[in-house]
Amino acid sequence: MKIETRRQIYEFLGLFVIRLSMLIIVASMVLILGFIVYRGIGVISWEFLTQQPTDSMTRGGIFPAIVGTFYLVLGAITVSFPLGVCSAIYLNEYAGNGRVIRIVRFGINSLAGIPSVVFGLFGLAVFVVYFGFGSSILSGSLTLGLLILPVIIGASEEALKAVPMTYREASLALGATKWQTIKNVVLPAALPGILTGSILGVGRAAGETAPIMFTAAAFYTRILPRSIFDEVMALPYHIYVLATAGTHISQTRPIQYGTALVLISLVLGVNTIAIVLRARLRKRHR
Amino acid sequence: MSTQKDIKISVKNLDFFYGKDQALFNISIDFVANNVTALIGPSGCGKSTLLRTLNRMNDIIPGTRVKGDVIFDNENIYGPKIDVVKLRRRIGMVFQRPNPFPKTIFNDVAYGLKINGMKNRTEIRDRVEHSLKSAAVWDEVQTRLNQSALGLSGGQQQRVCIARALAIEPEIILMDEPASALDPIATQKIEELIVELKQKYTIIIVTHNMQQAARVSDTTAFFYIGKLIETGQTDIMFTRPKLKQTEDYITGRFG
Amino acid sequence: MSQIKQQDKWLNRNRIEYLIQGLFFLLSLVSITIVALVFMFLFKEGVPIFRIVSVREFLFGKLWYPTYTPADYGIWPMIAGSVVVTAMASLMAVPIGLLSAIYVSEIAAHRIKEFIKPVIELLASIPSVVMGFFGMVVVAPFLQNTFNIPTGLNVFNASLMLAFMAIPTISSISEDALAAVPRSLREASYALGANRWETISRVVVPAGLSGISTAIILGMSRAIGETMVVLMVAGGAAAVPESIFDSARPLPASIAAEMAEAPYQSNHYHALFATGIVLLIITFGFNLLADYLSNKYKMTEN
Repeated sequence: MKIETRRQIYEFLGLFVIRLSMLIIVASMVLILGFIVYRGIGVISWEFLTQQPTDSMTRGGIFPAIVGTFYLVLGAITVSFPLGVCSAIYLNEYAGNGRVIRIVRFGINSLAGIPSVVFGLFGLAVFVVYFGFGSSILSGSLTLGLLILPVIIGASEEALKAVPMTYREASLALGATKWQTIKNVVLPAALPGILTGSILGVGRAAGETAPIMFTAAAFYTRILPRSIFDEVMALPYHIYVLATAGTHISQTRPIQYGTALVLISLVLGVNTIAIVLRARLRKRHR
Repeated sequence: MSTQKDIKISVKNLDFFYGKDQALFNISIDFVANNVTALIGPSGCGKSTLLRTLNRMNDIIPGTRVKGDVIFDNENIYGPKIDVVKLRRRIGMVFQRPNPFPKTIFNDVAYGLKINGMKNRTEIRDRVEHSLKSAAVWDEVQTRLNQSALGLSGGQQQRVCIARALAIEPEIILMDEPASALDPIATQKIEELIVELKQKYTIIIVTHNMQQAARVSDTTAFFYIGKLIETGQTDIMFTRPKLKQTEDYITGRFG
Repeated sequence: MSQIKQQDKWLNRNRIEYLIQGLFFLLSLVSITIVALVFMFLFKEGVPIFRIVSVREFLFGKLWYPTYTPADYGIWPMIAGSVVVTAMASLMAVPIGLLSAIYVSEIAAHRIKEFIKPVIELLASIPSVVMGFFGMVVVAPFLQNTFNIPTGLNVFNASLMLAFMAIPTISSISEDALAAVPRSLREASYALGANRWETISRVVVPAGLSGISTAIILGMSRAIGETMVVLMVAGGAAAVPESIFDSARPLPASIAAEMAEAPYQSNHYHALFATGIVLLIITFGFNLLADYLSNKYKMTEN
């Protein structure tokens, strides 16, 4: 009897701690997001989103940072989408189980594990200096593109795996070559999944700061970028700079909240869309 | 007896391995032209594996290995000079579950024609129509050729898949339990179609349904744990098989 | 004649197929090539500092005054800072991450699971600069007032924010590991009269342990490499922290804070790249370990 009670107490406590940990996660998430929304929402206005900063950044909008982030993300996805999809096609459609696939996979895992600030150093050494692109949209996009490559590969692989084997068999049985099968049957069927997953890469690229610090981001640009060799302002960098550097930290606090709100809305919005779409796709395949 | 008939494809001393596991043991069997041959046996007996060796569909499963010959048109299809793609053009296949591509019905049936280089649109349209008619599904789909085949019933989907196989005019059609996922009425239609199609094609069908084998096939081959136990004319196999094991299976005493 | 032509066509088509496969193969090597290039360029830009200081002085030197004359290039305070914040972050993130994984895998009803998994994924996607910002404007003043300390930008704050960045990694990978534990093991435990907690703690978690350890290592690796949080909330002092309320400057923060001011090809520049090498080697080591563990895991599974 006594041991029974003890077992029950342990079970109660154990399950309680488990539930508590989940509660901590959800509560902190609500706290973080809620606070930024609460403090930022009053700052958001049409002018804030569409105007240049003025009065040494203490007033005005964040339009150039929005534009800059847009260009950087667009560039990053242009770089990594084709590379990522092709890698995934090789891994899922061509490679067997041999040593080659292990090397390729190891490369992808290692790439995913490289810290973002190291990507920043790499981008600085290679794109900014070695290729002479300078601190520019091009350098930043290439750096971010490499950073999100593992995300794109992972998403594409999942999408390719979800294509039923029997599609491939039916196509091959009709005398299609492997490439014809991939091009005409597998890829069209996987495309919605690949695109959905790539949106996750977009979200990741939009939120990264360290990789663009030395490769693309500027504290302030008087005009919008005109070519891929121009420096740009970017949302995450804007938050960082306003919050840590300069002489008007407390004066620009509202702008910091507003920018943070815009950035999380963008990143979480994009990710939520991707997650919802992906859940639908997964259901359909089941 | 069967040697006097025209042999379309012939398996000689075939062993098959999935990795280290042997799935087929020394199979030798001839398939007669314009006949329906039924491969029967309990699940895991290797009948589907054998079917898939005939168009080298097992090639796409990593770690599989074949020993022995499959002679088609005087050539070993596992010979070094064989073009697998061309081989599969000549040997069509219908799968266990209907597997229309996520394309329109028209494009689905036209797919094989297009990848094999047919460009003339009227020719493609004629061939698609003809194939759908041969697969006895034209009347049901002719008004919705531009919709996805996924909206059709299972039986209709399967007949579209048969039409897709017929479109490229193969010589042999392999069918892997083509009616196993269908209801009795749809099954009956497929069976009627099979009997119809043997005028032009050599058909090899895997089935776990004894009645189906009896109804549609001319020859039956009984497999058990990777071995070909007995083969012969279907009516004889079903009335007086030579071996007790075959009789037990056919009458439902095991399997 | 036509026979020959057909043969040609076949050869041609096969050649194209091989070509395409080769192309895809080459493109799939991009990842590992980039990893190799990252190592190459970091060494190229970092190694020159070792003409000025020895590797030993660089790693274990306690003074970091890169702009003084004579300059000091010792990154021991940064290494210590990284170790301390990572260890403390893990202390918080490992239990919470693991327990939340248990919740998702073992306890949550299907509908709650469908909701909670995306929430964890969204937590992972909060940009690090926003986490750093939150640490600065909310957590720091709170700590400062509550504990009556000179600044809230310190080791504890950084560890806390880092923990939240590592939790999603630990949680989702652990959950995969737990989900892979065969149902029959759970059933066997219940059949012996064990309750839910006993089944979880004595059967399911031990069975998923190698996957869980992979998760922990990857989570720690994420925490070590995380930049913006430690840059914004760790305080930035280049000294070995002695209490959890001391200021620190972990490796990534040091690089990010100074790179903009280091003149190209100066000793300072090389020293920061060398700091990057140290960081890269540490995270790479962690990933190797994770890779080894997950491979071992796969083997025992078969």
